[in-house]
Amino acid sequence: MSERLRLNPIACEAHGMCAELLPERISLDEWGYPILDERPLSPDLVSHAQRAAQACPTFALLVERERSRG
Amino acid sequence: MSTTIAAAGPSAYWYLTRSSGAVALVLLTLTLVLGVVDVRRWSTETWPRFVVDSLHRNVSLLALAFLGLHILTAVLDSFAPISLINAVIPFTGSYRPFWLGLGALSFDLMLAVIITSLLRRRMGHATWRAVHWLAYASWPIALLHGFGTGSDVKSTWMLAISISCLVAAIAAVLVRIAAGWPDQLARRSAALGGAGIFTLGLILWLPSGPLGKEWARRSGTPSSLLGHSTSHSSANSTEASR
Repeated sequence: MSERLRLNPIACEAHGMCAELLPERISLDEWGYPILDERPLSPDLVSHAQRAAQACPTFALLVERERSRG
Repeated sequence: MSTTIAAAGPSAYWYLTRSSGAVALVLLTLTLVLGVVDVRRWSTETWPRFVVDSLHRNVSLLALAFLGLHILTAVLDSFAPISLINAVIPFTGSYRPFWLGLGALSFDLMLAVIITSLLRRRMGHATWRAVHWLAYASWPIALLHGFGTGSDVKSTWMLAISISCLVAAIAAVLVRIAAGWPDQLARRSAALGGAGIFTLGLILWLPSGPLGKEWARRSGTPSSLLGHSTSHSSANSTEASR
């Protein structure tokens, strides 16, 4: 089981708080929209990722849990 | 007889409800200002956006805690007859009913704002935002409640607090209206007009209202609670009639 970041690009309004809270995985493009590193999150980053997702004013950032396939 | 009533005096609750009301006004003003700073997306290296956003939320919850104290102590206190129902359902009380009712109304609006914020994930951004606009209505209503019911309105320190909060709130609203001007011009003009009329009305009303003579009686304080001069004369008349 692993967690990945996902973005809903329609909901995103480029507030940029996610990049402040999770600079390890999120950078901003020149218009302030996030560029995600969608590799599985290491365990030490999961809680930070969840905090970044909670801080999103439009709930555009998701931490998606996926089961590893055999 | 009237002297024994006066000697009993207000309880600790009465002082607590006054002080927590003043603190709540300051915290609500701070919440309003932080909300505008938040929506303007202001940030610096040392004050990132998530700090402003968290402060806005946490200060608003602190304000709610002080409002809880303000209401609870007002109800517990036996000096003024205020029930829990008067504190939640507007204009039902016997103690300065209109001005106390404004406090209840403002509190109800704040509850709507806070509850929708806590349930924001379940209701969608647009609905939440529409309800959140009520915060701009609850603030001036709360200020009027403070002027109308406050026992400390005339004291210099309370006047200083009230005026500082008013100036801060007006500045915040102007900054908010200026953001994205002239988009939605009708709505912005209405907000500007509303803020202007409210401030002007306040300036015109205060000297003859809460800062004027006999406000306690005119605002609807039950006659049994009014100070020496009136209760004394009524005591005299009962003495005389005996």
